Amino acid sequence: MKTEQPGLFPKTPTGIDGLDEITFGGIPKGRPTLICGSAGCGKSLFGLQFLERGITRYNEPGVLISFEESKKDIAQNVQSLGINTEELIASNKLRIDYVRVDRAEIEETGEYDLEGIFIRLNYAIESIGAKRVVLDTIESLFGGIENTAILRAEIRRLFQWIKDKGITAIVTGERGEKTLTRQGLEEYVSDCVILLDFRVVNQIATRRLRIVKYRGSTHGTNEYPFLIDEQGISVLPITSLKLNHTVSTEIVSTGIPALDKHFQKGGIPRGSSLLLTGSAGTAKTILASFFAASSCQRGEATLYFSFEESADQLVRNMKSVGLDLMPFVKSGKLLIHSSRPSLQGLELHLLMLHKLIDQHNPRTVIIDPISSLLNVGIISEVSDMLVRLIDTLKIKGINAFFTSLTHLTGGVEKDRTVDAVSSLADVWIRVENEMQDKHRLRGLQIIKVRGMGHPIDLQKFKITDHGVQFVGRKKKSASRKR
Amino acid sequence: MKVNNDNMSKEIFELRLYIAGQTPKSITALNNITRYCKEHLEGKYTIEIIDLLKTPQLAEGDQIFAIPTLVRKVPEPIRKIIGDLSNEERVLVGLNIRPVKSAD
Repeated sequence: MKTEQPGLFPKTPTGIDGLDEITFGGIPKGRPTLICGSAGCGKSLFGLQFLERGITRYNEPGVLISFEESKKDIAQNVQSLGINTEELIASNKLRIDYVRVDRAEIEETGEYDLEGIFIRLNYAIESIGAKRVVLDTIESLFGGIENTAILRAEIRRLFQWIKDKGITAIVTGERGEKTLTRQGLEEYVSDCVILLDFRVVNQIATRRLRIVKYRGSTHGTNEYPFLIDEQGISVLPITSLKLNHTVSTEIVSTGIPALDKHFQKGGIPRGSSLLLTGSAGTAKTILASFFAASSCQRGEATLYFSFEESADQLVRNMKSVGLDLMPFVKSGKLLIHSSRPSLQGLELHLLMLHKLIDQHNPRTVIIDPISSLLNVGIISEVSDMLVRLIDTLKIKGINAFFTSLTHLTGGVEKDRTVDAVSSLADVWIRVENEMQDKHRLRGLQIIKVRGMGHPIDLQKFKITDHGVQFVGRKKKSASRKR
Repeated sequence: MKVNNDNMSKEIFELRLYIAGQTPKSITALNNITRYCKEHLEGKYTIEIIDLLKTPQLAEGDQIFAIPTLVRKVPEPIRKIIGDLSNEERVLVGLNIRPVKSAD
């Protein structure tokens, strides 16, 4: 992670996965940052996570001034995300002060100011030596205080006071009709504004984050997908597409010795991405499983994303072709993650991939089939995502194996995933079934291998209960490419 | 001594005035509430002054956000009036005190 750049405002890392990368180090240190978005977009959680990460990762105590929810409600809300506010409060690292303004019991007459809030905030900060503050959401005061002229002046004064004190603050605001926040808080917080968005596209909910403004700092200007799961918020940074990954000269097996022989160097280069295309029932998953098994046999952690079969199903089905994945699953070398593509939005899948890759640290990743993701996204998004994914895997030097279900139309594979991935893939293998004299013949064709010779004609193979066997090898000598 | 039937109940008004230092607004508020009480609640009230600069920890309990704030602790329910209490009528309505009619 990059930290602050020279000559720029110092920054405070939020500790929110991905966000600090987009902002090149975090939010402005010692200044308020506005987080705005509509109801349910995750503002409050964002704030609380900023505090929790500050405490647990950077040893910076924090104060939450809540204008909407009581201490008890907050504790309950974030419990499922693994944040134990009571524990943090007990250890004097966190203070929550619930400022409740009930118009029904309040009468206003004459001059006043909001010094009470300043005193409470100051007291909370001083009592634990807080470095971080969250105000969630100060706009609620507009519902409780008649004199908005005083309120506005005092909010302005409060933000200035926070700056003078050098506290890094997050101020949340509800999204307005035409403005970023209902009460125009963006006028007062001028350094950094982050917008959270929650929308439903094709019946799939997606969360996005955009940095609207960051004075004096470079930042990504895209909309970044983000995820809220049991570990809180994580933002998916779109990795810069620089082609500067180191290339390995090591060769790894495809998992099928007979197939390895077809490659000039006896296998495929480590860290390459392999695309396997074919119509239904062409043994894509079987080939993918053999690849996974060979990775496990080398003692390397392997991650198998299955979008069509559950882990149990996959293990059972592979047993029928003489491949026992169970020992690898038991030893923890093989992690099979299966989910329905339509269960989550596209970026959630991508985030999930990233998270599991971070946690499991695999040397091989299999996505079976990558074409399933087409159902949940728009084509341009899908290809963007695949580019990012392949890029990430390449940077990490992970062997990638993607299967893709294609439909043959007039002998040519017209498929959007193929279009998107085939040019990026280092190795492209096509499998097919052919009817001959009432027999189904399986064929495999190596379409491309970067930097290596290979036969270009169709190799016949069959699936037996001992695995994959190549049959009737054709004249291979004449057809070497390169 | 002024007599007012509605305020004749034995109930004592327990008032708290929250201030933050001797600011003009706070002094005005204190002068105002003392005057109203002498006039309408003679002998039936207590005013406790809490300076939050000295005891900031007390702000949370009564949910104080504005300064000055007058809190009617008793009789219940709790009522709050924020501001320098310059509008007598609003203060009396806010505290639910039936004003003593000046001799007419």
